[in-house]
Amino acid sequence: MSDIKKIKDDFLLKLKENLDLNQVNQIKTELFGKTGLISSQFKQLGKLAEDERKKFASDLNLVKNELENLITTKINDIETKEINKKLEKEKIDITLPERPFVRGKIHPVSQVIDEISSIFSEIGFSVEEGPDVENEYNNFTALNTPDNHPARDMHDTFYLDDAKKLLLRTHTSPVQIRTMLNDKPPFKIIAPGRTYRSDSDQTHTPMFHQVEGLHIDKNINMGHLKGCLNYFIKEFFEVDKIKMRFRPSHFPFTEPSAEVDIGYEIKDGKIVIGEGDKWLEVLGCGMVHPNVLKNVKVNPDEFQGYAFGIGIDRLAMLKYGINDLRAFFDCDYRWLNHFGFDPIDVPTNYRGLSR
Amino acid sequence: MKITTAWLKDHLDTKLNENQIIDKLTDIGLEVESVDSQSGELDEFVIAKILKAEKHPDADRLRVCDVDIGSGEPVKVVCGAPNAKEGLLTIYAPPGAVVPKSQMKLVVSKIRGVTSYGMLCSESELNLSNESDGITELLPEKYNKKIGENYFPKKNLNVIDISITPNRADCLGVRGIARDLAAAGAGILINQKEKKLDKKNKQTISVKIENEKNQACISFGSCLIKGVKNTESPEWLKDKIISLGQKPISAIVDITNYVMFDLNRPLHAYDVDKIDKGIVVRNSKKGETFEALDNKEYKLEDEMCVISDASGVLGLGGIIGGTKTGTELDTKNVLIESAYFSPRSIRKSSKILNIDTDAKFRFERGIDPLSIDQGLERAANLIQEICGGEVSEFDIQKIEDVKKKSLKFDPSLFEKITGFNIDTKEMITILDNLGFEIKENKGLLDVVIPSWRPDISQEVDVVEELVRIKGYDQIKTIEPEKVRKKQTLNLKQKLFHFLQRSIASKGYFEAITWSFTDSKINQLFIENNKEIKIINPISSDLNVLRSSIFSNLIIHLNKNLGRGFKDVSFFEIGPTFLGSEPGEQQTVATGLRSGKLARQSWLEKERLVDVFDVKSDVIKSLVEAGYNKDKLYIDDETPSYYHPGKSGRIFLNKGKEKVVAFFGDIHPGILKKLDIKVEALVGFEIFLDNLKKPKKSLKDQKTQYKYSDFQKSERDFAFVLDKNFKVQELMETISNVDKELIKSVKVFDVYEGTNIPEGKKSIALNVIIQSLDKTLTEDDLNKINQLIISAVESKTGAKIRS
Repeated sequence: MSDIKKIKDDFLLKLKENLDLNQVNQIKTELFGKTGLISSQFKQLGKLAEDERKKFASDLNLVKNELENLITTKINDIETKEINKKLEKEKIDITLPERPFVRGKIHPVSQVIDEISSIFSEIGFSVEEGPDVENEYNNFTALNTPDNHPARDMHDTFYLDDAKKLLLRTHTSPVQIRTMLNDKPPFKIIAPGRTYRSDSDQTHTPMFHQVEGLHIDKNINMGHLKGCLNYFIKEFFEVDKIKMRFRPSHFPFTEPSAEVDIGYEIKDGKIVIGEGDKWLEVLGCGMVHPNVLKNVKVNPDEFQGYAFGIGIDRLAMLKYGINDLRAFFDCDYRWLNHFGFDPIDVPTNYRGLSR
Repeated sequence: MKITTAWLKDHLDTKLNENQIIDKLTDIGLEVESVDSQSGELDEFVIAKILKAEKHPDADRLRVCDVDIGSGEPVKVVCGAPNAKEGLLTIYAPPGAVVPKSQMKLVVSKIRGVTSYGMLCSESELNLSNESDGITELLPEKYNKKIGENYFPKKNLNVIDISITPNRADCLGVRGIARDLAAAGAGILINQKEKKLDKKNKQTISVKIENEKNQACISFGSCLIKGVKNTESPEWLKDKIISLGQKPISAIVDITNYVMFDLNRPLHAYDVDKIDKGIVVRNSKKGETFEALDNKEYKLEDEMCVISDASGVLGLGGIIGGTKTGTELDTKNVLIESAYFSPRSIRKSSKILNIDTDAKFRFERGIDPLSIDQGLERAANLIQEICGGEVSEFDIQKIEDVKKKSLKFDPSLFEKITGFNIDTKEMITILDNLGFEIKENKGLLDVVIPSWRPDISQEVDVVEELVRIKGYDQIKTIEPEKVRKKQTLNLKQKLFHFLQRSIASKGYFEAITWSFTDSKINQLFIENNKEIKIINPISSDLNVLRSSIFSNLIIHLNKNLGRGFKDVSFFEIGPTFLGSEPGEQQTVATGLRSGKLARQSWLEKERLVDVFDVKSDVIKSLVEAGYNKDKLYIDDETPSYYHPGKSGRIFLNKGKEKVVAFFGDIHPGILKKLDIKVEALVGFEIFLDNLKKPKKSLKDQKTQYKYSDFQKSERDFAFVLDKNFKVQELMETISNVDKELIKSVKVFDVYEGTNIPEGKKSIALNVIIQSLDKTLTEDDLNKINQLIISAVESKTGAKIRS
C-alpha cells in the first residue's frame, strides 16, 4: 500500500518538473515498461490474499490512471509546443505573388457567334457553312442579282480571276443557295462566317462577319420574320423590351425587303440599346424572292419564307461597347486582353449568354 | 437623291411639316440618310459697302478697305480684287464663316503686315456663278438699303438626302418621291399643267437611230430652239441647282439638269451650229475617241452607244456629252435631246470607261421610256421662258414601240406573304395612287404597271408596294416556336468550337486576321501550294489568299513585339486556301508563342518557351477534343518553315493516314528574313479537316470502366541506345510487352555524355505494373522485368544500363 502511495507521490513530484519529451518518455518507461514500477506492482497481485487483492488492485489502478493521464497530457503539451515552435519558424510573407499563371482569351467576334448560335438553337435553327471563295453564280446570279444589275455596285467585290467568275463572297447569302441546292425543304438555318468587300475606311474593313438566316416552309410569312428577329434582338442584348422598327428597303434576293432599326440612346457617353428615340440600323431581311427559290429548285407556290443578314462585328461593338471596327483585326495584345472573353465563358441558354 | 421641302411642294400639296415628311419617307422605304441645313452655313454672308479703298502700303495689287457691314464701326478688309473701290456694294464674310466653294474657314489674318478681318467675296467663291475675276457687284438700287442684312435670304433650305435603293429609279426625281408620299397619305400629287408651246417650225436637224444589233437607243426625241439668248439662270433656278450641291452653269444647262432632278428625265442640249450635218445614233467602233464634258478624252470600245455627226462622236448616249457641241453662253440655237437608252448597255459602257454621271446613274436603273415628250415639253417651255427663241415641233425617232407591262394579281397573296389582311378596295386605292391602272376581274386584279416602274414584274412586287405603303408596322409579330428538330452544330462545327476554347484555355489570345496576306510573306509558308492572287487587292501587301495563318500571325506578332510585349501567345482558327475554286480551303488552328515562361518570377526559374510547350498544348487540346493520347503517333517530317531538328507532326494513329498537326520552332531563317527579333518562337498548326470523328463517342467511352484494388509496383529502367532512335518506339515496345499489366511508362531522364558511348543516349524510364486480378508476387514482377529488358534489347538494339 505504502509502495503505491510512494510511487505516486514521487512521480507526481518528478512530473512537475520542466521536462523534455525524452525525459517524459523515460519516466513512462520507468513506470509502465515491462519491468516498470507500476507493472511490477501488478505482478504482485497474484501473491495477495483474496480479500486484500481487490482493494490493492483498485488502488493501484487509480494511481496508474492518474499517472498515465498526466504523462499523456505532458507529452501532448510538449508536442504542441514543438509544432508551434516549428510553425513559428515557417512563417512566410503570404502577400508575395502567387506562381505565375496564363489566361487565354476568346475573340469577341467568336464569342458573339456563339451567342448568336445559342439563341437561334433555342428556336430550332441549325448552323450551316459555306466556302469563303465563291463563284459568281452563287454569290450574285442565283440570288436574283444578274450581271450588269446596279445592285452589284452595292458590293465592292474581290475577284480571283480576270473573267470575274471566282470571288470572295460579299455576303453569307450564297450559303442559302448551297443549302437549298443540297437538301429539300423545309430549311431553318443560320450561317455565320467571314465576308469580304473591297472597302477600307474608319467604319469598313475589307473582311467582316455576317450571319445569314433562312427559314423556308409552307406558311412562313412576314409575321414570323418579325417575331424571329424581335426574339433574337431581345435575347442578344439581354433586355426585356426592345424598340424595333421595320422599314421597307430593297435587296434583289428578297421581296418584300426590310431593314431593321433598333432604338437607342446615349446615357453618360454609353450607348443604351432598346430605349431612346434614336435609330440604329442593324440588319437587312425580307421574304425570299420567288426567283431565288426557282433557282434552287424549290417550288415558290408551295414553299415560302424569310431570310436575313446581320453584321456580327457591328453587334459585338454595340453589345460590348467597342468603338473601333478596325481594332477587331489588328491583333493588338492589349485590345484582345481587354475585349476578349475567358474560354470558360461558353454562352448557354441555361446559364445566360454573358456574365 | 437630294431634295428640299420647298421643291417637293412643287409636286405635293401637303399639310405635313418637314419632320413628318422625313418620317413618312423612311416609313415607305425612301430612307432619309441625312438632313443638312444649308442656311446655317450661309447665314453669315452679309451685304456690305466699301467706304474707303486704299492701296496696301506693301503690295501694289492689294487694297485695304474700310467696309460698312451695318454694325456701325467699319471693319478693315484686305482685298486683291481689281474692282474693289469706294462705294461698291458687295458681299462680306466675317472671320469664322466657311467659304462655300473652297470650304475654307476664314480667320483674322495679317496680309503683308496689315490685319484683315474677313473677306469680300466673288460670285465664284459663293458658288453663285463662275465669275472669279473680281468681288461681287451688287446693284445699288436693290441693295443700298440692305447693308448689314444677310445676302442669302433664309429660305429654310434644309437639304434632305434620301438613299434611293437601286430598284426605285422613279424616285430619282422629285416628282416620283412626291407620288410615293401622296400614295402613303402625305398629301395630294399636284397635277402640273404645262403651258402650251407654240411650235412654229419643223425640227430641221436630221436624227437617225441606226437599227443595228445591240442598239441601246430605243427612241430619241428632239426639239430645236432657235434664236435663244443663253444667260445666267434666274435666282429660283440657281437656288434649286445649288440646293442639290450642284453648280449653276448657264440657263440651258441648268434647265436640263433641273428637269432631270425634277422629273427623273435626263436631257442633253447641243449647240446646233456645231453639229456637222445631222445626228446619227449608232454603236461605236473600237478606237474612236471624243472629248467629254469632264474634259477627258475617252477611247471607245466596240458597241458603245454614241451620238455622232458627220465628223465623229459627239457624246456617249445617256452617259456624258462631248465638248464639241456643248452649249455656251453665246449659243444661239439649241437642240434638246430626250431619249431612252437600255440600262444594260449604259452600265456596261460606263463600267468599261469608268464614268459616273447623274444621267448614267438614272439610265442604268431605268427611266420612264414614255417620258420623252414630257421632258422636251418641260425643257422647251423653260428655255423659251428664260432664253426666248422659237420652238420647233418634236421629232421622235424610235426603233421599237414601248408598251406598258401588265400582270394578274391575286389579292389573297397579300395575306399569304405578309400575315395580315387589307381589303381589295384599299389595295386598288393604293395602287391607283402609285400610278397603276387596275381592273377587277373575277376576284383577281388586272394590273397595268406604270412605265416608270421597271422594277415591278411579278405579283410579289405588287405585294411589296401594298405593304410598303400600308406600313410595315401593320405586320403582326408571331412569336417563334421553341422547337428543335435537328442538332444545332454538326461534328465538324463542334470540333471547331472545342478546339477554339481548348487552345485559348492554354493561355493563347484568339486573333482574327484577314484571309488575305502579303505575297512576299506568304511565300515563306506556302510549301507546294500554288499562290492564289486577288485580281483587285485593297493594297499591294494584301494581294494573295493566305496559304497559312502563320503569315498574318507573324506580322502581328512583330507589331506586338514593337509595342513591348515579349511573351506573346496568339492563335487563330480559320481558313487557309489551297486553290481558287470554291471549297479549296481548309480549316486550320494555328498558334504562336514567343518569349519566356515565368519571366522575372521570384518563385520560378524563367525559361524560354520551347517545342515541348507547344507539343503539350497541341496534344492536350487533341485529348480534350476527344482523341486518345496513347494512339497518337509522331514523326519529324515537317514543312520547311519549321526548324528541321525541332519540329514534329502528329497523326491520330500509327497508320499515318492524315497529318492532324505540325508543331515546332519556327525556322530561324524566316525570323531573319522578316527581321523579327525574338528570344524564342514556337508554333503549331492543327488541321481540323483531317481530324476524323473519334471512334467512340464520349457516352460510349464511359460505359465500361475497370479498376484494380491490388497493389501496384513501380520499376525503373535505364537503356542505352542509338542517339537517333526515337523514344516513342522504345515506350511503345515496353507497353506492348503486356498491355494488361503495364499501366504506364514514363521517361524521367534523358542523358548523353560522360559514361555513355559516343552516338548513344541513355533513357531512364519508370514503369507501373498492376494486375486486375491479384497482387503480383516478386516472381511475377521479375518475369515482367525480364520480358521488358529482352523485348527492348531485341527490338531496339538497346542495352540495359547496369
